Amino acid sequence: MKGVAFGQYYPAVSPMHRIDPRAKVIMAVLYIVCTFLCKNLTGFIALLLSAILLVTLSHIPLKLVLRSLRPILFIIAFTSVINIFMTKGETLLTPESWKIKIYAEGIWNALFMVLRITVLIIGTGIFLTYTTTPIALTDALEYLLSPLKKIKIPVHDFAMMMTIALRFIPTLTEETEKIMNAQKARGADFTTGSLLKRAKALIPILVPLFVSAFNRAFDLASAMECRCYHGGEGRTRLNVLHYRAVDFVAILLVAAFGVGLFFLNRYGFGYTLS
Amino acid sequence: MYKIYLDHVSYIYGQGTPFEKKALDDVSLGIRAGCMTGIIGHTGSGKSTMMQLLNGLASPTEGKVLLDDYDINSRPEEVLEACKSLPPYRNLSKSAAKKAIKAEVTRRRRELCFRVGLVMQYPEYQLFEETVFKDIAFGPQNMGLSEEEIKARVLEAAEFTGIESDLLDKSPFDLSGGQKRRVALAGVIAMRPEVLVLDEPAAGLDPRGRDFIFEGISHYQKTTGSTVLIVSHSMEDMARYCDDMVVMANGQVKMHGNCKEVFSKVSDLSSIGLDIPQITQLMALLREKGMDVPQDIYTVDAAVSAVKRFLETGKGGV
Ligand SMILES: Nc1ncnc2c1ncn2[C@@H]1O[C@H](COP(=O)(O)OP(=O)(O)O)[C@@H](O)[C@H]1O
Ligand SMILES: [Mg+2]
Repeated sequence: MKGVAFGQYYPAVSPMHRIDPRAKVIMAVLYIVCTFLCKNLTGFIALLLSAILLVTLSHIPLKLVLRSLRPILFIIAFTSVINIFMTKGETLLTPESWKIKIYAEGIWNALFMVLRITVLIIGTGIFLTYTTTPIALTDALEYLLSPLKKIKIPVHDFAMMMTIALRFIPTLTEETEKIMNAQKARGADFTTGSLLKRAKALIPILVPLFVSAFNRAFDLASAMECRCYHGGEGRTRLNVLHYRAVDFVAILLVAAFGVGLFFLNRYGFGYTLS
Repeated sequence: MYKIYLDHVSYIYGQGTPFEKKALDDVSLGIRAGCMTGIIGHTGSGKSTMMQLLNGLASPTEGKVLLDDYDINSRPEEVLEACKSLPPYRNLSKSAAKKAIKAEVTRRRRELCFRVGLVMQYPEYQLFEETVFKDIAFGPQNMGLSEEEIKARVLEAAEFTGIESDLLDKSPFDLSGGQKRRVALAGVIAMRPEVLVLDEPAAGLDPRGRDFIFEGISHYQKTTGSTVLIVSHSMEDMARYCDDMVVMANGQVKMHGNCKEVFSKVSDLSSIGLDIPQITQLMALLREKGMDVPQDIYTVDAAVSAVKRFLETGKGGV
């Protein structure tokens, strides 16, 4: 998987990719709030349209975005079933005599819930994972959380640990693959035999992997010390993040969208969530 | 008769992703049996990728890899067809036969690894056992050999690669880089593969370490008559040890032939950005200066005797 950045980051040139990662974190939070502001059909239609707009603005293939929903299909199905069968309302859809009672409100609830989860996943995906590299994301979090340093929370150190961990995930994945191949070339068999045998078969992979991970850690630590790294105190950055006007405009747009949704709740038609 | 034949082989990494990369592009190549073939090319030209196709670790995106005329990537269905009529499978129920055939495919894949021994680039990281002896024995053990046979093979492999017997009881993690490399090499040689494939076996070693490795490989090849493929960046080592040479660039085979043929195409080589051996360059310079030494000299030994001959016959001064 060389070259494939860890996670779902999708390299492309798009307006969304260019926005400052801090702005994107703020926008993601605002957008999550938005999804919870919706109470009626008008709102949800607006929400759905906004999600489509986000996908267009980020140049991510729709297929890829929809694929990211696959892991949560089960949750979506589960919540809809619960909502359909458990919601008590006024408009009974099934005949009186039936044991199972389905109300129109239940159907609406389920529909809204599915829409909400779908848009939530797509929205946060577009803002955070698809258009922002994990490293940029940690950077942004460090900036945004830096006020917490005042109350002695080591934000920088957490961010550095996070960055290092993220940086090494692809390296270690690649290394695991290499070691597995090398042992396979010596006839190692990881797939057949009893559970115990298979667990034992992992030793030839795990030992070299740990050895090399520790070596890497020591090397990295020495390299950092040689460059006089001593934590976040007084440290400046190579790539300083700069807000541009467009970042503020983008944040304001999402906030305005939230306010709009709030007022749309008054002009709803059909069913309204309580 | 080729030992290995690549038939219009292409290989694409990450097909269908934005990171798609064609590492091999329609390569057709035959490797002569019982020869030492050197593979040379710049970093990223697809040498390692090609090496990993040879023992079935990876299968080509397109094309076939033939070992003794047998397609090493025959798909399970083909194996199924071949196995169906055999007595052990005929009497099995459908699901049992399927399972047995899956096991058969796995068995064939492992057997292939034993026949085509692959030493990957920087193989030191594959060491994991408590002692050098046990580590070298890992391959033969997986082959299911007897204790005595394993011991004999380990000692033999240690001898080929110049590992002294007092090292055998040490932990592989306490060895020097060059020693580790030799242990990793021995771990593959101990399987006595008919084809030995080495991906830059001398990379990052000092000159003595390099010589040790190359001598060991050459010794193994001569003793067992096996076919050896060796990736190297050193024209000097190629000239010294290899019979044939393959020059790769951009995922394609640019030249293939015996060392003399390849080294004679100086301009083609330099257009790819590769050099002829330094000693050959030196000989060319001497010729320019008026010394009548032959052109086709690729090793220091040959150069020494040519210059000696020149001086003894005493033709002209410099
Ligand atoms: N695991 C991988 N994933 C994606 N691309 C790869 C991978 N391994 C190699 N490549 C790419 O394939 C090409 C050939 O690589 P490789 O076979 O390692 O070349 P060489 O061994 O000649 O240096 C290179 O461009 C490299 O970037
Ligand atoms: Mg390589």
